[in-house]
This record gives sequence, C-alpha cells and structure tokens, in this order.
Amino acid sequence: MKYVDAAQVQKKMNGRILKNNILKTLFLAATLFGLVILAILIIRVLLQGASWINLDFLTGKLSTSADRAGIMGAILGTFWLMVVVIPVTLFLGVGTAIYLELYARKGKFQSFVQTNIANLAGVPSIVYGILGMTLFVRALDFGNIVLAGGLTMSLLVLPIIIVAAQEAVRAVPQDLSAASYGMGATKWQTVKNIILPAALPGILTGSILSLSRAIGETAPLVVIGIPALLIPFPGGIMDKFTVLPMQIYYWTLDSSLVAEYANLAAATIIVLLVLLFLLNATAIIIRNKFQKRY
Amino acid sequence: MASNSKIDDQDDLKIQEMIAQKKNGRNLSRFTERIIPVLLFLIASVSILTTIGIIYTLLTETIEFFKRVPIADFFTGTILKPLSQNPEFGVLPLINGTIISSVIAMLVAGPIGIMTAVYLSEYASDRIRRTLKPLLEILAGIPTIVYGFFAFTFVTPIIREIFPTVEATNILSPGLVMGVMIIPMIASLSEDAMTSVPNSMREGALALGATKLEVAFRVVIPAALSGIIASFVLGVSRAIGETMIVTIASGSSKNFTFDITQSMQTMTAYIVEVSGGEAPAGSTIYYSLYAVAFTLFIFTLLMNLLARYVSRKFREEY
Amino acid sequence: MSTLTKPKFDEELTISNDPRNNKDTPKTTVYDTKDLNLWYGDTHALKDINLSIYEKEVTAIIGPSGCGKSTYLKTLNRMVELVPSVRTSGMITYKGKSILDKSFKVEDLRTKVGMVFQKPNPFPKSIYDNIAYGPKIHGIRNKKTLDEIVEKSLRGASIWDEVKDRLKENAYGLSGGQQQRICIARCLAIEPDVILMDEPTSALDPKSTLRVEELIHELKKEYSIIIVTHNMQQAARISDRTAFFLNGEVIEFDETDKIFTTPTDSRTEDYISGRFG
Repeated sequence: MKYVDAAQVQKKMNGRILKNNILKTLFLAATLFGLVILAILIIRVLLQGASWINLDFLTGKLSTSADRAGIMGAILGTFWLMVVVIPVTLFLGVGTAIYLELYARKGKFQSFVQTNIANLAGVPSIVYGILGMTLFVRALDFGNIVLAGGLTMSLLVLPIIIVAAQEAVRAVPQDLSAASYGMGATKWQTVKNIILPAALPGILTGSILSLSRAIGETAPLVVIGIPALLIPFPGGIMDKFTVLPMQIYYWTLDSSLVAEYANLAAATIIVLLVLLFLLNATAIIIRNKFQKRY
Repeated sequence: MASNSKIDDQDDLKIQEMIAQKKNGRNLSRFTERIIPVLLFLIASVSILTTIGIIYTLLTETIEFFKRVPIADFFTGTILKPLSQNPEFGVLPLINGTIISSVIAMLVAGPIGIMTAVYLSEYASDRIRRTLKPLLEILAGIPTIVYGFFAFTFVTPIIREIFPTVEATNILSPGLVMGVMIIPMIASLSEDAMTSVPNSMREGALALGATKLEVAFRVVIPAALSGIIASFVLGVSRAIGETMIVTIASGSSKNFTFDITQSMQTMTAYIVEVSGGEAPAGSTIYYSLYAVAFTLFIFTLLMNLLARYVSRKFREEY
Repeated sequence: MSTLTKPKFDEELTISNDPRNNKDTPKTTVYDTKDLNLWYGDTHALKDINLSIYEKEVTAIIGPSGCGKSTYLKTLNRMVELVPSVRTSGMITYKGKSILDKSFKVEDLRTKVGMVFQKPNPFPKSIYDNIAYGPKIHGIRNKKTLDEIVEKSLRGASIWDEVKDRLKENAYGLSGGQQQRICIARCLAIEPDVILMDEPTSALDPKSTLRVEELIHELKKEYSIIIVTHNMQQAARISDRTAFFLNGEVIEFDETDKIFTTPTDSRTEDYISGRFG
C-alpha cells in the first residue's frame, strides 16, 4: 500500500495553488492599502489647500480673518526652532556617540547608557513636553520661548541622532584610525581628523532625519504652551513663537467654527510637507553621494 | 631612482627637528587629551539625566497628587470630573479611551502590517520591494498632526455619511487613522524578522512541493514569530503614546463607555487639555496632569521592555 | 617572475644585502628586546622573545600565521595596546630607552617609528592631505614647508612622477600598489628612524610587489626597516637578517643568508623548505 496517493495530491494541488494566488493578491492589496491612503491624504490636502497658497499667505501675519491670515510667523518660528535644535543635537548626539563607540570601556555603564537611549526613544513625545514645561519653561523660567521649545525638541530627537551617529562612527574602518595612531597621532587627533570626517555623511543624514522629526512634532509644544494667535514675528531664540504644526493644530480645532480654517490648515500642511520633503531629499542625496567610499 | 638622492641632502628639511621644536605646544594637546574624555562623558550623561529628569518630575508631582486624591480612587475611579465643584479623578475613563483607540488601531495595523510584511519578504521581487519600501516609509514620516487633520476633516465626515449616529468627535476615526500610521512600523519590523529567516528553511519546504503561502505560514512566520510579536507590542506602545490624532478627532468627553461612535478621551489628550487650559500651578487638576502622564509613561515603558524581552528571549537560533 | 614562486635567490641582491660586506663598521642596534612576554587575555602570544634590530638594515620576520610575528611588530610601536586586555612583561628598548614603561609617551615613539599596514589604508582625503597628515598633527602648519615635505616624501616613495599632477585628487582613485606607496610616503613625511611593515605586499599584485620591494631596498639607505612577511622568497630577496617565529617563540635569528642556506634549527629548515605553514 502506498502512503501517498498521487492522484489525491494532484487534486489537492490545484486548490493549494489557487489559494496561494488568491492570498498573494490579497497581500499585495494590503501593501497598496497604506499607499492608497497616503495618496488620498495628499490629494485631499492639495485640493483643499493649494489654492490658498500665495505670497500673501506665505509672508503675512496671523489673523483671525481667514482671508488675511499668513504663516510667516510660523515659518520663522520653525526656522528659529531649527537654529536651536541643530547645534544642540549635533553636539550632544555626536558627543554621546563618540563616547559610547570610542571612549567608554565596554562594560556595565556603557550598556546601561545604551539601554537607556533605547528606552528614551520609546517615551511618548508628550512626556518630553511635560519635562520641557516643568524644567525649561517653569523651573529655569525661560517662559514659552523658542529656546525652551528647542531644547525640549532636542531631548526628544536625541536618541535618533545618537543611534545614527553611532552607526556612522562604527562604519569607519579600523585601518584608518590605526594608520593615524601609527603616525603618532593622539586619540583626539585621530577622532577629530580621521574618524569624524569619515563619519560625517552618516552623521548628517541622521541629523536631518532627527530634524524633520522635530519640525513635525506638535505634542510637546502644546504642553509647553504656544499662544493660538501670536501676531509678532519671532526675531530670535529668546522670543515667543509658534510653528507650522501648531498653526495646523489650532486651525484644525477651530475649523468646526470657521470652515475656511480647514483650508488654511491644509495650506499650512502643504508648506510643512514640502519642507520635510526637501529635508529628506537632501538626506538621501548625501547618503547616495557618499555611500561606500572606503 | 635618481630623485631619491634628495633624501640624502643634509641641508634639506629636518622634519624630526621641526617636530621636536613644536613639542612645547603639545602641552596644550596633552591637556586636551585628558579633558576630552571627561567632556564626552558629561555629554553622554545628558541622556541619563533626561531619564532621571522625566522620572523625577513625574514622580514628585504625582506623589503630591496622591496626597490629595487617594491612589485607589485614582486607579479604580470610573468618573473623571476635574472641573466640577466636587471634582473626581478616576483615571479609568482615560485608560479605557487609550485602550480602545489602541485596539482599533491595531485591528487595522496588525493584519495589514503583517500581510504587507509577508508580501514584501516572500512574494515581491527585489525591484518591487525597493520601490514600495521607501514609499511606505513616507507614510511613517508624515507628522501626526497631519493625520489628525485627516481624521477630523476627512475620515470622520465619511464615517458619518455612512453611519449618521456617529458623533462629530469619536474614537473610531482617530483609531483607524492611527492604525494607518502604524502600518509601516509593523510592516518593516516584521519584514526584518522574516527576511532574517534563512533561505535554506524555505527551500526545504519548497522542495517538498509546498506553495509560497504554505511556506510563509508554516515556516517563515513561526520562525520569525518573536520579531513579529515584538513589532506588535511596539505598535501598541506607539498607539498608546500618540497624542495629536486623538486630541483633535476624539474630543474631550470623559465618558467611561465602550461605544466607539462616541467621543472618548485618552491619557495623552487629557494631558493636552489640562496643560492647554488654565490649570493654575499647585491646583489638584494641575497635579493630575502628572499622575496621568506617569501612568502613561509606565504603560509605554512596560510595552517597550516587553518588546525587547520578547525579541531577545525568543530569538530563534538558526 | 620565477623568483616569486620558487625559493631561488637573486644573486646580485643577496650579495649586496649581505651585512658581512661591511663588517668593518660594527652595526648599532635600534631595538633591543629582552625576555618579552605578551598575553591576550589568557593566550600567551609571545614567549621570552630576545631580538636585536640593527640600524639601516632590513630585518624580516617570518613564520606561519598565528606565530606572533605581527603581534611582535605591533609591540615595537605599542599599537598592540589598541587591543584591550593585552599584558606584557620583559623589556624593549628603543635607542636605549625602555618603551614599554607606562611613562613613555607612545605618541613620541610612533613619531620616530612609522608603520605600513597589510592592506593599503590611505585616508579618504586628497593625496596631498594624506602625506601632510603626519607633519600637521605634529604642529607643522607652514604651507611652503608642507609642500616641500609632500614632494620629498612622494619622491622618497618613488611615486612623485605618477601623482605630481593630481595631488588634490582623492587617494582612493589610485591603484592598490600606488596606494601602498602613498602609505609609505605618508610614513616618510615625519622622517621616522624605523619603518615597521606588516605584510605590506600581501594585498598587491606581483608587479606592484616588485616595485615596493625595490623601494624597500632604496629606503634601507636612510631607514631601519622591519618587515613581517609570510612570503619566504620575499624575506630572502630583501632582508639582511631574518627572524623565524613559531608559536610565539623566536626559533632562529640570524643573517638572512645563513637562515636560508644553513639553518641551525630543524624547525626552521622544515618551514623554509615548505614542510609546514
């Protein structure tokens, strides 16, 4: 007696292949589902907001009147926020990465810091907002100025840039630092002249990615307290400010009262997405240009 | 080789002598060498200080809150009326809202995320995968405020068109949109787990005449299960901590209900409401913000630790 | 090309390399190693090494892989310390100064002792910046001086004519053999007394190997060279003295001629006649 009945297997096989093909289509549909939603979202925002974007909107001051409202203040606020976030995250992020990769002795402290960074990456952004409000706005008494918001955002995105910078530093071949030490260079000379320049593209990519996260975040700033209608433009990091996502938030909330606010929100979303797109395109260009140099 | 005779010129450069002369200037560099590790250590401590800062801030103010509101009342209370004459601070409505929105999100993101992962890792050609993955990453890079706008001004009206009884602010719409937001996270983490399953395991089954589908469900998914579970847990953690979508689209009713057509408040949305309002520092409602935030922090921390535990503990040794 | 594949010695080279030809002037040593032991964690990698390296000679270190020859070389400029958990005992003196003491500044030692590595490892910088790196980190900033040093070093490594028109180009655009000579030039730019070479031709094709060997022959006039090689024919071609390492011990150390013609230890004979390793 045969254990396997060839005819029986053959009969079932057709069904199995059919099932495979049906589910393959289903899986493809699931993959495309997210992309279709993305397309709908973008088309919807464009339809609603594109016609509201003009020079007056981009350069004007905020206003309660939808026809006269402009987002220059929010654009400048986002700009000043970047002015704080970029140097602070580069300094802290690259410094931490160099310490962990090149200076720290492999041991308990190093793995403790590493675990801690992984956990920080999972802390909800609003919790950072509470830390920022308590520490920067109230305890240090900065008030709700760009500096307070920028430092809060810096702490929020720090894990992203640390991890990226660590990977970049780790990718620098050991031969290069060996050659430098062999010339009688000290450790810091080697780090400064050889390792950091070689890791720079990776560090910049990570920096841009963390920056785009900081630019799009809203929750921490809501907690810090950003005025809904701030008319004057921020002129520096010590000024009160608003940013693009905050303006989207307020206009969306009030769109049930004034219908045009939804269009203003959509127009602001377009500006924000274009900004993020440009940043990410830069990151990709840097990554491709310097990929696999050694 | 004639040019090499230049080396012999005694009156030429005496590099070692020049280096020796510069040596005095190296006291500074010796100082730098000693100070840099200290400086880097201090920089690296910022991340630890951040953790300490978060825990210290949340804990001290939470303790203050529990001096005013008994801890048991907080964790078992089903009524949250912070602004009432006789305020009540039961956190259960917020936990309920958080869990319901997360469950809705996971019902979307879980199946779609894992199907996407199976398609990308088992069916898609290299070219298709290289095209689709960056596009999915765009989905993950869209700011949450944009999703909030989308939920409130687009998804909710559509839902209300179909089911007119749904309220203008409800938990369903932000839950669904949050699900879309989490798809790329689950898809990419699960796909990583699946692609790390060695091809020899697939080939073994394929050689016996198994279809790709059977290989995916009987070989690949079981082998990658720990990574897939970890991706789900991280997805839940993300949903719990998500703020703007629920704040905008789910309103601020503190109902303790399971009716997803109604407005519910999550822990995150409560924090936004209280911090944006006029809660004077020192009032009970002000402290309640920290108690809720601490609860939220513990929730997400446990989820993240669980995800790491699962992916480490049950990592298959191929 | 037969010299590369068969242990047949080039008569001319062997004669000119023979230290006995100038036995009237007694050779001075640059390195003296006394009872050196080295451990990586629990692994005893070098055992009771006693060796002297003579000035303006090429000393070759041969032996099967894992015999400790590279480790010994890296001990001479203390690069071995980059590996954590390394311990040493015994003494190495460089021109009379004990270099294994903690108080001895490694940077000073490495300024006098250059190193060329197994794989060409130019920095991802221009050719010019590669050569100027050493002088710059040691404080020489004058542009004109640097220009002179760069030219002199590139000439010294006999690669000047090939690269003089492209000094600003990235060193990665050069061939492997050229890259290795750039690395040698980089080393010459701080005018060391000693050049350590860790299998410098193992990643090169036969033609480039020959050019580097010719270069080593030239450099001997000015520098003391210690070269680790797994290629016995190379050791025979270019070195004045040869040390044979086995399992972390020096089995035999003598004039190259003698090692390859009349070795005293049977293990040396086995190795050079290809019976193992």
